Amino acid sequence: MSAEAAVFYVFAVITVGAAAVVVLARSLIYSAFALLFAFFGVAGLYVLLGADFLAATQLLIYVGGILVLLLFGVMLTHKLYDLDLKSEVTQFLPASIICVGLFILLAWPIEISFSLPGLGNVRILGALWQTSWATGPGRPAGPTTEEIGRLFMSTYLLPFEAASVLLLVALMGAAMIVRRRKDA
Amino acid sequence: MLTRRNAVNVLMGIELILNSANLNLVAFSRYGTGNLQGQLFAVFVVVIAAAEVAVALAIVLTLYRLRRTPNLDEADFLRG
Repeated sequence: MSAEAAVFYVFAVITVGAAAVVVLARSLIYSAFALLFAFFGVAGLYVLLGADFLAATQLLIYVGGILVLLLFGVMLTHKLYDLDLKSEVTQFLPASIICVGLFILLAWPIEISFSLPGLGNVRILGALWQTSWATGPGRPAGPTTEEIGRLFMSTYLLPFEAASVLLLVALMGAAMIVRRRKDA
Repeated sequence: MLTRRNAVNVLMGIELILNSANLNLVAFSRYGTGNLQGQLFAVFVVVIAAAEVAVALAIVLTLYRLRRTPNLDEADFLRG
């Protein structure tokens, strides 16, 4: 196993393990801190994919901004002992049906093909195994910041400006939603 | 995310989903096409996720102020 594959597996295990803890943990604080590790794992995978600017952006915005915001939300709403999977039995079944169905659609590894009288030939195989992935060396790794900056200012100028307007609107909207009304 | 009652937990699940979609985009950008469009799209997704978390937390905080609980089950104002 090459060094790149070993590093990939390490980061992948960190990310998936942390995501599992986020979803399954009892307490909300465990979920928040596991989310931190999940973001770090994803940033590491970005670096492996040759997206260095995106990895730095991810760390800055997700860990430094969104995670802090989520922690504020957790602290301000104050129910630290929240646990759910045992008390939500009525909603556990539809959710698990959806998850299992999605898994079968996407990642079912064993091909099952049979012929039904009405429908003809039926083949069940996950979409992951049916598509022909483009394997190869891929784009050569290198610094991407300059190119992304140039693309932002030339071809993708409109989405860039629209994103800044969106951020302004979100900021004002969030501040307006939370403000205290002075109605007596 | 489909089963959790606490609103902030649901938000964390949403962030995980957005992150996984981002990872997919960047992987396709590297191996499928050779240009940086996937990475650019991923930057925009990060920006939009940040805006969405801000607004969603504003909503959660207002809900908490009204109902004194972060559970989503009890947010049934609109139910007839």
